[in-house]
Amino acid sequence: MSKIKVVHYINQFFANIGGEEKADYPAELRVGEVVGPGMALAQKFGDEAEIIATIVCGDSYFNENLDKAKADILAMVKEQAPDIFIAGPAFNAGRYGVACGTIADAVQQELGIPAVTGMYVENPGADMFKNKVYMVSTKNSAAGMRDAVGKLAPLALKIAKGEPIGASCQEGYMPNGIRVNFFEKERGSKRAVKMLIKKLAGKPFETEYPMPTFDRVAPNPAVKDLSKATIALCTSGGIVPKGNPDHIESSNASHYGEYDITGVNDLTEETYETAHGGYDPVYANEDSDRVLPVDVLREMEANGVIGKLHNKFYTTVGNGTAVASAKAFADEYAQKLIADGVDAVIMTST
Amino acid sequence: MVKAIEAAGLPVVHMCTVTPISMTVGANRIVPTIAIPHPLGNPALDKDEEYALRKELVEKALVALTTEVEDQTIFDK
Amino acid sequence: MRLEVGHIFIKDIQFGAESKIEDGVLYVSEEAVKEIVLEDEKIKSVKFDIARPGESVRITPVKDVIEPRVKVEGRGGIFPGVIAKVDTVGSGKTYALKGMAVVTAGKIVGFQEGIIDMTGPGAEYTPFSKLNNLVVVCEPVEGIKPHDYEKAVRLAGFRVAVYLGELARELTPDESKVYETYGVLEGKEKFPNLPRVAYVQMLQSQGLLHDTYVYGVDAKKTLSTIMSPTEVMDGAIVSGNCVSACDKNPTYVHLNNPVVHDLFEEHGKTLNFVCQILTNENVYLADKMRSSDWTAKMCRFLDLDAVIVSQEGFGNPDTDLIMNTKKIEAEGVKTVIITDEYAGRDGKSQSLADADPAADAVVTGGNANQVIVLPKLDKVIGTLDYVNTIAGGNEHSLREDGTIEVEIQAITGATNETGFNYLSAR
Repeated sequence: MSKIKVVHYINQFFANIGGEEKADYPAELRVGEVVGPGMALAQKFGDEAEIIATIVCGDSYFNENLDKAKADILAMVKEQAPDIFIAGPAFNAGRYGVACGTIADAVQQELGIPAVTGMYVENPGADMFKNKVYMVSTKNSAAGMRDAVGKLAPLALKIAKGEPIGASCQEGYMPNGIRVNFFEKERGSKRAVKMLIKKLAGKPFETEYPMPTFDRVAPNPAVKDLSKATIALCTSGGIVPKGNPDHIESSNASHYGEYDITGVNDLTEETYETAHGGYDPVYANEDSDRVLPVDVLREMEANGVIGKLHNKFYTTVGNGTAVASAKAFADEYAQKLIADGVDAVIMTST
Repeated sequence: MVKAIEAAGLPVVHMCTVTPISMTVGANRIVPTIAIPHPLGNPALDKDEEYALRKELVEKALVALTTEVEDQTIFDK
Repeated sequence: MRLEVGHIFIKDIQFGAESKIEDGVLYVSEEAVKEIVLEDEKIKSVKFDIARPGESVRITPVKDVIEPRVKVEGRGGIFPGVIAKVDTVGSGKTYALKGMAVVTAGKIVGFQEGIIDMTGPGAEYTPFSKLNNLVVVCEPVEGIKPHDYEKAVRLAGFRVAVYLGELARELTPDESKVYETYGVLEGKEKFPNLPRVAYVQMLQSQGLLHDTYVYGVDAKKTLSTIMSPTEVMDGAIVSGNCVSACDKNPTYVHLNNPVVHDLFEEHGKTLNFVCQILTNENVYLADKMRSSDWTAKMCRFLDLDAVIVSQEGFGNPDTDLIMNTKKIEAEGVKTVIITDEYAGRDGKSQSLADADPAADAVVTGGNANQVIVLPKLDKVIGTLDYVNTIAGGNEHSLREDGTIEVEIQAITGATNETGFNYLSAR
């Protein structure tokens, strides 16, 4: 079995070229050389991997000549064709961390070669890139080299081999927005009691799930003349034609339904039902207007209160459906609504 | 989904029972409804009363769609 | 209240001519339990089966999992207000048959039921694969309404569990444990310097296959209230829900509530376990407001220093969870909450439907959307008919080769939010 090929990126300091005064050192490829922290990595790799080349670049040079530095380094990496690219570890050195994150991300995106890096959690490069590149959490200075390499090397091997990557706390990388399941040593209630005792004592503890923050979208202008407007109905309550012909799932829906209601004035027990498994379905099955108010909107259309009830409705099941899925559905059908000349939308949820 | 529709450029009103979720997630026009399994209905009422209730809620939704808002707004009364 | 719980270890279940427990083996007379189930004429027929740990057996759809217990000394009986008459339980002496459970299975409605695999990868995700299970598979009479049938099966499970528990009355337990909590003043005198801690248990209360009962009262009809933590050990809280299977509490979990147990471990040492607080998760916004207001009010009234809050379910109950957390923290009472996540199959979506910075101490039971492939097993107790419509399944779940590709959402107890299991996520 051939060894895994690694290209390692470091800065001028770790290459022993010099300190700040040498931060303008242009990118340099050293084929067949293992430099600085690369030695520690190589030792940890043992027989499984070898560093086939080291790229050295001054932190100022990289950040001040971004396009050229990136282009040059990507060309070097492409030529070496490694199985994995490792940048750093950068500890708390800000420009170095940003450089590591930037180049690792570029290698992944533009060359399709997996990359991994490492730095201290407060390094500005961390927030910028931890969600884009696996980033090992290190101590805040090179005194933590052994600890850093101890996490970086095994993770790099796993990634290079295509093995499944465990949870952040297991593998030592910074939480990157992807939740991964794993089995703890203690049951949840025990972990909760321990966390409580720490919190009561004012001791530091780590939450297993940090609360998210939500982005906002600016509200669109109001409808000017309702009597001329086409209103569309959409729902996350899972209302579908009886029999659920498109098999929308009762939880974590994988698709949405588009159904024509031309000539339908009322949703009845014989013609419509709910596919949503997260609420008592009895009421919606008896009369789906209770979730999708077609009857009322038809009356309003007939009386001229609204111009038109759009002849299609869009439905999916909101029960445990991933936010990213729901967003993707709505992105798609919103375009259809716009193309069909709809002016406004009523979305109902259960 | 409400935010995706808003982002596409269409004014949208969210009719839902658990308005705190709608607020947290960021809908701009919100109309509170009756209950989770029957947001626009009430099985305890007779058919006509229930229809009148549904109509009232939809009317609120239309008011929401025709009202300019700058911030998240719950259309209650 | 002081309760002594004796454990009788059951290492196997066998069918026999006479029901009895001998040398750690439970012998069950099929005729006797059949009669007990069919007492209720809404049940047309019933079949019994035994599933042991490690056997190539799949039980589906699962409704409830129940541990047989018997009240040996003290007031009341097991499942007060449901099977036993209404009376305050949680004191005296109770025996529990450990290492086994009664599992009710069979179709109720088309949607959410559960899967228990006794071996293979699926077995790792359910705590019930480690038990000897007596499975009760019921068939409804024609034309019966879902609500009525659900109740019939629910009660049949409890009747069987009580009947089996009764067999242990005269036995000597293999081990015993004593649990004791005190009144407000007494507790303050006994533990003057220990932080006052309570367990806030949120109960699912949203309708058919989503209900919980407290002393027989439908939780959706209750105001938040306090209870002694030993009362659950006698079945004060029972399950009427299995919807989605992964994070609903079967009666077994109520009887063995791990937060109660782990708080008792620290009781008198690092904390004073004052009481349990029950609060529901209703479908009306006003109810959510009322219940969370009430819960926070009680936390303050009891002069608590901290609480552990456990959720049951996901989606709109995430709002109840966040409301409880925010309001309790606002009263100056610290919280640690236990929940589970629906972060999508790729783990990239937001895990909870609601959020607040006040919820800064979270324990998670894992991402319920994680996909697993369950191998074909030799025997199915129940039926595979519903696998594709189970919450966590889809129309391609049941594959032609007999394997099932499904989210762990479909596995009974997989992401339990009372911290019963070891699964977590980061």
